[in-house]
Amino acid sequence: MTHRGSRVLRVGSLARVEGEGSLHLRVAGRRVEEAQLRIYEPPRFFEAFLRGRAHTEPPDITARVCGICPVAYQMSACRAIEDACGVTVDRPLRDLRRLLYCGEWIESHALHIYLLHAPDFLGFDSAVELARTQRAAVERGLRLKQAGNAVLELLGGRAIHPVNVRLGGFHRVPARDELRPLVERLRRAADDAWKTVGLVSRFDFPDASLDADFFALASPTAYAIEDGTPAVLSADGARRRFPTDAFLDHVREEQVPHSTALHSRLDGRRHLTGPLARFAIGGDRLSPTAREAVSEARLEAGCRNPYRSVLVRAVEVVYAVDEALRIIAAYEPPDRAHVDVPPRPGTGHGVTEAPRGLLYHRYRLDTEGTVTDACLVPPTAQNQGAIEDDLVRAVERTLAEGDPTDEELTHLCERAIRNHDPCISCSAHFLDLTIDRV
Amino acid sequence: MSVPTLAVFKLASCDGCQLTLLDCEDELLTLAGEVRIAHFLEASSALTPGPYDLALVEGSVTTPADAERVREIRARSRRLVTIGACATAGGIQALRNFADVEEFTRAVYARPDYIDVLATSTPVADHVDVDFELRGCPVDRGQLLEVITAYLAGRKPDIPDHSVCFACKRRGTVCVTVAHGTPCLGPVTHAGCGAVCPAYGRGCYGCFGPSGSPNLRALIPLLHRDGMDDRAVERLLRTFNAAAFDREVRS
Repeated sequence: MTHRGSRVLRVGSLARVEGEGSLHLRVAGRRVEEAQLRIYEPPRFFEAFLRGRAHTEPPDITARVCGICPVAYQMSACRAIEDACGVTVDRPLRDLRRLLYCGEWIESHALHIYLLHAPDFLGFDSAVELARTQRAAVERGLRLKQAGNAVLELLGGRAIHPVNVRLGGFHRVPARDELRPLVERLRRAADDAWKTVGLVSRFDFPDASLDADFFALASPTAYAIEDGTPAVLSADGARRRFPTDAFLDHVREEQVPHSTALHSRLDGRRHLTGPLARFAIGGDRLSPTAREAVSEARLEAGCRNPYRSVLVRAVEVVYAVDEALRIIAAYEPPDRAHVDVPPRPGTGHGVTEAPRGLLYHRYRLDTEGTVTDACLVPPTAQNQGAIEDDLVRAVERTLAEGDPTDEELTHLCERAIRNHDPCISCSAHFLDLTIDRV
Repeated sequence: MSVPTLAVFKLASCDGCQLTLLDCEDELLTLAGEVRIAHFLEASSALTPGPYDLALVEGSVTTPADAERVREIRARSRRLVTIGACATAGGIQALRNFADVEEFTRAVYARPDYIDVLATSTPVADHVDVDFELRGCPVDRGQLLEVITAYLAGRKPDIPDHSVCFACKRRGTVCVTVAHGTPCLGPVTHAGCGAVCPAYGRGCYGCFGPSGSPNLRALIPLLHRDGMDDRAVERLLRTFNAAAFDREVRS
């Protein structure tokens, strides 16, 4: 039987992503007429109920947007409100924030590489199935994830929704000695991270190329995580930057009927945030160890193949472990755990690099510090358009090359989506796939 | 005896409570050997329709579709345990219960007509029978394992409903209210987190919801004494378990 006619495919729920949603594809012959990522995560109205809250509250409240990257929310919220109040946080508090963020990068990337993404490359339904034949590899992934969580637990109090972050710094900062147990763990993690690069570099990568503009933070001194300037690398190779307070002049959100997330465009074009964009824009700022990992992974500069994003995640784990060890080695406790952030009326902007891409917050405060307006632009909402374009290309390429069954197309779409590590809880949740072949 | 089946479902929530299961790095593969994971979208693409021996449900009911879905999940599950503040108390999104949801929709979405939501965010137990409610925003890893182990062994989970104060004493943490005058919800908040906030020098902010028989009437004057005005007290009680604390204030 041929599958080449017009058809409609419906895939129930997309697995191994963070959140729930569905994909709707309308296929006519060899052409995809429509690809919609349908985010059906129920709206939770954070931007509405943040109005009227005290300026000290958004870091704890917005952490609850996403259980996978709460630190990203806490950091973008702190940066934005500190900006509104005209306060800057200097070292060593800034270093401790970066250390906490490294913990989240290690945990989130290890989760994605081993539990969500690797089963696709190795032909399994889950990491639990994978563990039946490659238990040592899965155990390594879990150990790496645990090392990230150890950083979060020590510095943040707990791994999910850490309690120790506050405006201006922390509630309590560790003494030098307290960080020591992390060192041994992170040294082991450095070895595990290196082996992870070896594992993923042996995966078989289909050909694919994205034509969206890349969007990431750029920093003159380091690979950007908790600090940097928004930078664009367009598909034709042109580079530009703009200040954080101009973010919403460039990134425009629009609502589409099939999604409770808001889609966005960057200066009118599709854009992509996340590991591929970060590496293309700031790869030259990686540490020497991480640059060795780039060679080991045979990762090409400016890589645009979404399947190969797993290589960038593996390199970023090497980097985050390396950074964490560097920060701990240089750490001298500050005199105070936080700087004061007295309220003042005004608007503040904050942007940081969540593991899956750039996360922007804006708050407007009145004289008492009450939030009068809030705006959150999560990475997956920004990426949704580029993911849909990527799906169209992946399906059309497969239709041009052969005669895929509905099941094969579904599998292909799920893989294409997982390449982008979407966090649907953030953008609003993931996938039922429906493919209409008309 | 056949291998028991475990299912994990998500309604309106942040994913953090089901992530807690994947955060059991030391126990995950052992657990996977004891149960068949029949439905866990975040972790596996292999799904089976049930019936399930134990279903864990994260998230609150906020849409007509989810109200129907949770009834279907109940019908397919021998035991249903709700995990986390969203599923047990409505979560942070229950702040809409005190506001006008249509105005909320207009504030976030340019085309509110695309959005189909209920006026309230409610716990799963408001819709179907629940065998056990595990508190926390997020749930505690150790408590989650205890609940799963208990139901697999056919016994009641050992999850005491006393306050965070007990946990501070056990941990040896000096009382932040007595020693420093820091406002703290510990005396009225359900234990389970390990009293982590006071250990980091901050007052408890109630993310596990009310303890068994909380004496809010006695605590609120102490919060005033330690510098909070009425508005600050209201904000403190209206976060991740807003609807549950509100019920206690009214009772």
